[in-house]
Amino acid sequence: MADNQVINEMQFDVLREIGNIGSGNAATALAKMLNQKVDIKVPKAALLDFNELPRAVGGEETIVVGILLTLSEDVEGMMMFIMKIEAAYNLIEKLMFMEVDRSGSLDEMQMSCLQEIGNIITGAYLSSLSDLTRLTIQASVPYMAMDMAGAILSVPAIEFGKLGDKALMIEAEFGEDAANEIGGYFLLIPTMASYDAIMASLGIG
Amino acid sequence: MGNMIKIGMAELNVCLPPDAITTLGLGSCVGVVLYDPTKKICGMVHVMLPDSTKIKNNENRAKFADTGIEDLLKQVVTLGAVRRNLVAKIAGGAQMFAFKSDNDMLRVGDRNVEATKNKLKELQIPIIAEDTGKNSGRTIEFYPETGELLVKSVGKTPYKI
Repeated sequence: MADNQVINEMQFDVLREIGNIGSGNAATALAKMLNQKVDIKVPKAALLDFNELPRAVGGEETIVVGILLTLSEDVEGMMMFIMKIEAAYNLIEKLMFMEVDRSGSLDEMQMSCLQEIGNIITGAYLSSLSDLTRLTIQASVPYMAMDMAGAILSVPAIEFGKLGDKALMIEAEFGEDAANEIGGYFLLIPTMASYDAIMASLGIG
Repeated sequence: MGNMIKIGMAELNVCLPPDAITTLGLGSCVGVVLYDPTKKICGMVHVMLPDSTKIKNNENRAKFADTGIEDLLKQVVTLGAVRRNLVAKIAGGAQMFAFKSDNDMLRVGDRNVEATKNKLKELQIPIIAEDTGKNSGRTIEFYPETGELLVKSVGKTPYKI
């Protein structure tokens, strides 16, 4: 990133477009997995202060599931997929054909189901990024946690905090309506050097 | 009942009774409270990173353990706290994801706690209570009237330290 740490409008547009394509691919992957039509709303992208990140997903104390992957090779950093707990319950019910106890914690089977979903969704997103930039991106196994949004988002916020005071968040909403919401939010957190590599490979300095 | 003053990530503020001060959903960040029990003056900072000297973009001083605690100290003293009376309570620094790797990027909770303790030691402010590490998020509320720090985590009964 340039010394002034400011993402210019063109760079922002590029990141947003990567977000659009990435979440489109993620929704397609999800539709295949669920074997049903998955509607996509036009993803919203926003450059937010870290304090606004938890607010974007419903407030610091909203319970969310976060799936985190670390990235290596040409792009280093992390990527996170966050979904509200209701969306996570909806997804589990659709995939496992079972009723989920929505009050308590998830069992091991349900956790690994979510982890797999996270893996597929983030994989679809990352492969778009990789195709567009022609950069090799190696993702780690997905790590998952369920907790307050503020706490989950502190992990990417801290990484962003090293770069500046803003983070790019892409909201990808899938599903028919609010009650059947199965969407989530993406955060891509490249390291400073990798951010430059992404921009350079797209011909934007 | 007073007001609840809320601080976000990389923010700090001071507080007097009957008000209380809170930060919501602390993860790997650390919440540091400085408190003068005789004057009942307190302040809280929500630090995200251990060391401002390691980061180029360090204008926001409240973001870092070293500069954030220094600034908080100045502010509580300006408000009338007596330097030698000050004690500290700290919470946070969780490892939110169970990483197997020892990648430095992922151990930031531990490093934040360590940097916070080092800074407080350097400033000779004793830590009288702490709830740090582990793997769950915390909301903390500090009440300068009683000196109690309330810690809330998901699925657990709130408790005072």
